[in-house]
Amino acid sequence: MRETVLEISGVSKRFGDTLANDDISLTLGKGEVVALLGENGAGKTTLMSILFGHYVPDTGSVAVNGEVLAPGKPRAAIRAGVGMVHQHFSLAPNLTVLENVMTGTESLFSLASDTKSARRKLADIAERFGLAVNPDARVGDLSVGEQQRVEILKALYNDAKILVLDEPTAVLTGPEAEKLFVTLKEMAAQGLSLIFISHKLDEVMAAADRVVVLRGGRQVAERKASETSKAELAELMVGRKVERPVREPATPGPVVLEAVGITVRVDGVDRLKSVDFTLHAGEVLGIIGVSGNGQATLAALLSGTVKRASGDLVLFGRGVGDLTVAEAISEGIGRVPEDRNGEGAIGEMAIWENAVLERISDYSRHGLVQRGAAINFASQIIEAFDVRGGTPTSRTRLLSGGNMQKLILGRNLIEHPKILLAAQPARGLDEGAVAAVHERILEARRAGTAVLLISEDLDEVMALADRIQAIVGGRLSPPVAAENANTQMLGLMMAGEWTENADAV
Amino acid sequence: MRFERREHRPTALVIATPLIAVAAALGIAGILIALAGAPVLEAYWKILVGAFGSKLSITETLTRATPLILTGLAAAVAFRANLWNIGGEGQFYLGAIATAAVGAHLTAGLPGFVQMPILMASGAVAGMILLLLPLWLRLRFSVDEVVTTLLLNFVAILFVSMLIDTVLKDPMAFGWPQSEAVERVARLPKLVDRSRLHIGLLVAVAFAFIVHFIQSRTTFGLRSRAAGLNARGAVFAGVPLARTLVLVAMLSGGLAGLAGSIEVLGVKGYVTTDLSPGYGYSGIVVAMLANLHPIGVVLAALFTAVMFVGADGMSRSLGIPTYIADVTVALSLISMLVAVFFTQYRVRR
Repeated sequence: MRETVLEISGVSKRFGDTLANDDISLTLGKGEVVALLGENGAGKTTLMSILFGHYVPDTGSVAVNGEVLAPGKPRAAIRAGVGMVHQHFSLAPNLTVLENVMTGTESLFSLASDTKSARRKLADIAERFGLAVNPDARVGDLSVGEQQRVEILKALYNDAKILVLDEPTAVLTGPEAEKLFVTLKEMAAQGLSLIFISHKLDEVMAAADRVVVLRGGRQVAERKASETSKAELAELMVGRKVERPVREPATPGPVVLEAVGITVRVDGVDRLKSVDFTLHAGEVLGIIGVSGNGQATLAALLSGTVKRASGDLVLFGRGVGDLTVAEAISEGIGRVPEDRNGEGAIGEMAIWENAVLERISDYSRHGLVQRGAAINFASQIIEAFDVRGGTPTSRTRLLSGGNMQKLILGRNLIEHPKILLAAQPARGLDEGAVAAVHERILEARRAGTAVLLISEDLDEVMALADRIQAIVGGRLSPPVAAENANTQMLGLMMAGEWTENADAV
Repeated sequence: MRFERREHRPTALVIATPLIAVAAALGIAGILIALAGAPVLEAYWKILVGAFGSKLSITETLTRATPLILTGLAAAVAFRANLWNIGGEGQFYLGAIATAAVGAHLTAGLPGFVQMPILMASGAVAGMILLLLPLWLRLRFSVDEVVTTLLLNFVAILFVSMLIDTVLKDPMAFGWPQSEAVERVARLPKLVDRSRLHIGLLVAVAFAFIVHFIQSRTTFGLRSRAAGLNARGAVFAGVPLARTLVLVAMLSGGLAGLAGSIEVLGVKGYVTTDLSPGYGYSGIVVAMLANLHPIGVVLAALFTAVMFVGADGMSRSLGIPTYIADVTVALSLISMLVAVFFTQYRVRR
């Protein structure tokens, strides 16, 4: 039996009408990795915020090494050796790695800063755990994965013995995530104790010794990772059996969209470099790639929000030049943007306003909005696409991510578009919502819509796409048929390993 | 202690917000009145008497409210679209001088009912032009319009001051720097005899309803709100951002210019450099107090006018400086900003 370093006992926390945490107890042993698994809103982050002293629990207590921490005092948690790595980093991008790590460790009133010994301590820690980062690099210049390493170093620099990581892989690429888990295992082997929050089954199974499953604020199960399976955990997490739909074979129709050698320049940088693809009616073309490789620009091209530098866009057999937003919509292109809150919907506006804003000319006469018809349209979407948590007149911000996505999908699909652009459609959604979104995309495919699916989730693309192309540094690989693809091959493609025209389909 | 975003904004709270803000401002101003050595409640009573005590004072309060409604609307429509027009004062003066110039030189001799709309329109156009310039700088070069509109106030006021000392100087004014006057027939008719109150008040209130209609019912209103709340989302949904902002600027600058025009046509007939006791700036306060709602602007303008007119009466009878009115209005803006924050967030411990 391991020595217990952390004990959370009987913690409850209520926000208004919702019980975010309901009598949760959890222990963490020295050198152990515990995964806190649950869907969005299951209470994981609330529990960790209580542990770290951001919230005061209504009942229950947190003890580190047998000593109860003063509730609501982050300093007490830090002093007891608890370190937190947030999902959104709390680093100053204009400072160097060393400066960021030192921030908060020295008195505000000391005149001299002991950089030398800090540098030595940082180098020691970095070497011990294999977290190599240049201490003089500006944090703003580092990749997201490196920034996360700095966050971890910062916690270790503060002598953390218990490390909490909130959805650590949410912002990482596949290889970066694998590297992170190697580091976490190394840290555990050296006697640190770790809790990481996740809703991804793969990484929980790969990295954790023990899994605690939360659902609706309750602790529903606790399993040893070696004694459970992905299927069991999925069911525990969601509370029912959820299966993501998979496409059934179908014969694609005629070509509806063709991109020939398109280059797009944004702020003087070529974001797309002479890309080619064709899209057939009734098929899903998957564009896979690590975020930041030109996906956003590709989506913007079809959304009508960027202009080409060169190349041709051929829509239904005729060249269309640059699409404007209005043309994209009138040509029957449904658009689901990557950034739901930034582009897809205006949170402070009513649901009906978001439903009709992009086709406002259909819902107005002589410049006057036909409110009744617009509200009616919104009701139809809510009904047909099972949007929960709002009426047509309630503010869109109140919807959960999954329901907002259903609204955005719905306002596009209800008009039976000829083409559907779906950029990262399931990102950040929980299992139930993912399944619903996938089902809608496949339904559109069956109805003959040509779907361009941009995603970085291999499972998603393999389940939905008929053909797959990888995007790397603004270039598109030749397409491969999904039947011939496997994870390893797609991984290589995402890393830029492909031969032009080798197995084009 | 931390702040959490409210899921729902209770309607009662939204309505009560400005009232609470005003009450808080009056409470704080009461401390200053007490410090000045006057009885607080009596001072407030004198403000009410000063503003509503006689037929004359009522008409005077309404006269003061007229330009405030228009400059308040100017700020409200712009702010709602996230266009920070701080240049109401300059647009007010440019509208005023354009009215005087056109009235004295171009439309003189025409019948009054022909002159009036032309003169008001020329004032509005002048205000529009002064706001379109900073908007163009923002759209073309991303220059922050807060800075440009604010600084253009000084440019506009000094320009007006130059004109009324040179080419537009009234030769009959015994050397006083004042502009030539518009003809009597072109002046706005009085609403009440032997007072300064003119039909400009009705024009201003009518515009409040027109703006409300535009914002709540038209596609332009929907689009300008979308542009203000989330410009990227609006562009994605096909809102023509530049065109929408140009229309917003024309409406906003036009209203501020119209305020100057109406002040000339209704009250003085000519322009001096003290035509406005800061109507353009007070319009910003009025708009914020009204939570950018056009009908609320009418009420907020009334409140502000009551404070200004009433403070004169209080000052005369109790010997407290009239600056108390400025302080109270300024405090009500600050407390309104705090109060609006609390309608959106709640305190959590």
